[in-house]
Amino acid sequence: MSRIESRFATLRSRGRKALIPFVTAGDPQPSVTVPLLHAMVAAGADLIELGVPFSDPMADGPVIQRASERALEHHVSLRDVFRMVQEFRRTDRDTPVVLMGYLNPVEVLGYADFARQAEEAGVDGVLTVDLPPEESGALLASLQSSGIDPIFLVAPTTSDERIRRICAVASGFVYYVSIKGVTGASNLDLGVVAEKLEHIRVATELPVGVGFGIKDAVTAAQVAELADAVIVGSALVKRIEELADRPQAVAKEVGKLIAGMRHSMDAQPEVAA
Amino acid sequence: MASTAETILRKLPDANGHFGPYGGLFVAETLMGPLQDLREAYEKHLNDSDFLAELDADLRDYVGRPSPIYHAARLSRELGGAQIYLKREDLNHTGAHKVNNTVGQALLARRMGKSRIIAETGAGQHGVATATVAARLGLECVVYMGEVDVARQEANVYRMRLLGAEVVSVKSGSRTLKDALNEAMRDWVAHVDDTFYIIGTVAGPHPYPAMVRDFQAVIGREARVQIQQMTGRLPDALVACVGGGSNAIGLFYPFLDDREVAMYGVEAAGDGLATGRHAAPLCAGQPGVLHGNRTYLMEDRDGQIIETHSISAGLDYPGVGPEHAWLKDSGRASYDAVTDDEALEAFHRLTRTEGIIPALESSHAVAYAMRMAPTMSQDKVILLNLSGRGDKDMHTVAALEGLQI
Repeated sequence: MSRIESRFATLRSRGRKALIPFVTAGDPQPSVTVPLLHAMVAAGADLIELGVPFSDPMADGPVIQRASERALEHHVSLRDVFRMVQEFRRTDRDTPVVLMGYLNPVEVLGYADFARQAEEAGVDGVLTVDLPPEESGALLASLQSSGIDPIFLVAPTTSDERIRRICAVASGFVYYVSIKGVTGASNLDLGVVAEKLEHIRVATELPVGVGFGIKDAVTAAQVAELADAVIVGSALVKRIEELADRPQAVAKEVGKLIAGMRHSMDAQPEVAA
Repeated sequence: MASTAETILRKLPDANGHFGPYGGLFVAETLMGPLQDLREAYEKHLNDSDFLAELDADLRDYVGRPSPIYHAARLSRELGGAQIYLKREDLNHTGAHKVNNTVGQALLARRMGKSRIIAETGAGQHGVATATVAARLGLECVVYMGEVDVARQEANVYRMRLLGAEVVSVKSGSRTLKDALNEAMRDWVAHVDDTFYIIGTVAGPHPYPAMVRDFQAVIGREARVQIQQMTGRLPDALVACVGGGSNAIGLFYPFLDDREVAMYGVEAAGDGLATGRHAAPLCAGQPGVLHGNRTYLMEDRDGQIIETHSISAGLDYPGVGPEHAWLKDSGRASYDAVTDDEALEAFHRLTRTEGIIPALESSHAVAYAMRMAPTMSQDKVILLNLSGRGDKDMHTVAALEGLQI
């Protein structure tokens, strides 16, 4: 059983929803990242999504674009990201880590080398934003032979036919992009999310995470009622940006945000009819 | 064997948008549905006689097609070699080949019921061509342009605003064409329901490289007939500048099966390929994935896209259309590069010998033809795509001479 699968199994048995924070590796500087990952786990994160910086993050809004730019000022490469995961794994063997990024850095490294190095570092899943299932054959083969879960996106514009196609190749969990827009946008419509999740659940038994547009503890709790996992990115990265000149405060402050979301997600719904 | 390969060349891309290993569909899931819709609409209308008749009428009455071919006899004589013929895309409405494509995509947008048009632009020619057709069709128009390009192409920014477009100055990344494209994609993701994205070159996710090529192929279709009427035969060589590569593919495509016609794409060598300050991915880059397709890119060893340099904003792009990547690998076309200095020299030379002021982009093709012609005999024919006029570059050229205009 993969680390992601067993983590979701445990959560399910405890009736708890997963909280998945996203941060960009090396933002605002490389030394911050590993302590930050540990702090997020301590504050209640169940899985980690670690962003691999890229010069042209087409699917991201300004907040995460700037995070990439800050990391790239330190020339943070995939190799550096693997080193960070490896260091994190020395003291945390249980929390799954999913790399999220764009295809080109992976292409340059080569699919086979990428998968092997990711596995050695202790990476559990890979989400390549600009790689739809249609183009993913070769990378999928490499990831699967390394026991790494390929995570795919489903969007509001995804037809039922495509949902089936995506779920047929996905493992670990399915990532539902809750809005038409880039990361950090704020027009989340819970009714629409609930409806789309029903369509996804018809196609797969995999856990479904919801991300893009979850900006605070209240939204996190609302989404947790619908989904198996709540993915939070821009709200955390924005805080990191505010603290860019006080990097030593990042782990603690982001930890506080996570703890607030955890608390709100775990609170009993007021009156269950 | 070669003829089989070339027959296949004209049939590309395949159903999934691949030109050999290049092209394809590398976008976030949110755009997969809209791209499918676009593909279906495009395939439907491309075979619809009403649509094609409307397109032909617009190209004739609004753009001013066919554009003539002109024998640059004085320049050819001075160079003492092959005869240079210019396909005059600079005479089109709005001053460049870009409008061939925007007219086509705008008609498609209207048939798809989209009320809002977005575009990216580098030199501003595609932005102007888009704002122009949007004004004519009464569609809302937003053009994304890198902050650096906004500064160096002021006149075109003003033209777009006159035409009623909103010009958004993009401040992320290197603040040039690639960042404008990123920003336009982000806009599209957020407004897929009512917005049509008019990409200006033969790059981007499928079906854009094929669709833009098909709209630009009018250049080569006309030229193939015209040059035979003028010279009694096919040309020996085609020459065109390549940024994204839309004017070059527009000229090349109808000649792909004519094996005796050599094809030369000319990239921007900027300060020189050896300096690293250039925009020549086919000559000095390697394959990768950017902006929805796999193609040759300028990137560092970590796969980050690097900043490009060219005196011409329209060539200042780190990628290139995937069909060019395939034509390069298959050997059907050859690619070379011309420096800023060579392009400037050609700019002045054509202006003084023929009374035609070329765009700085097209000046790269002129420079290459000037290099080639003397090595060929006088009975040989070079057909050069003069993709745009130089009016927009007056500031840049004057500034190099220390003048402010």
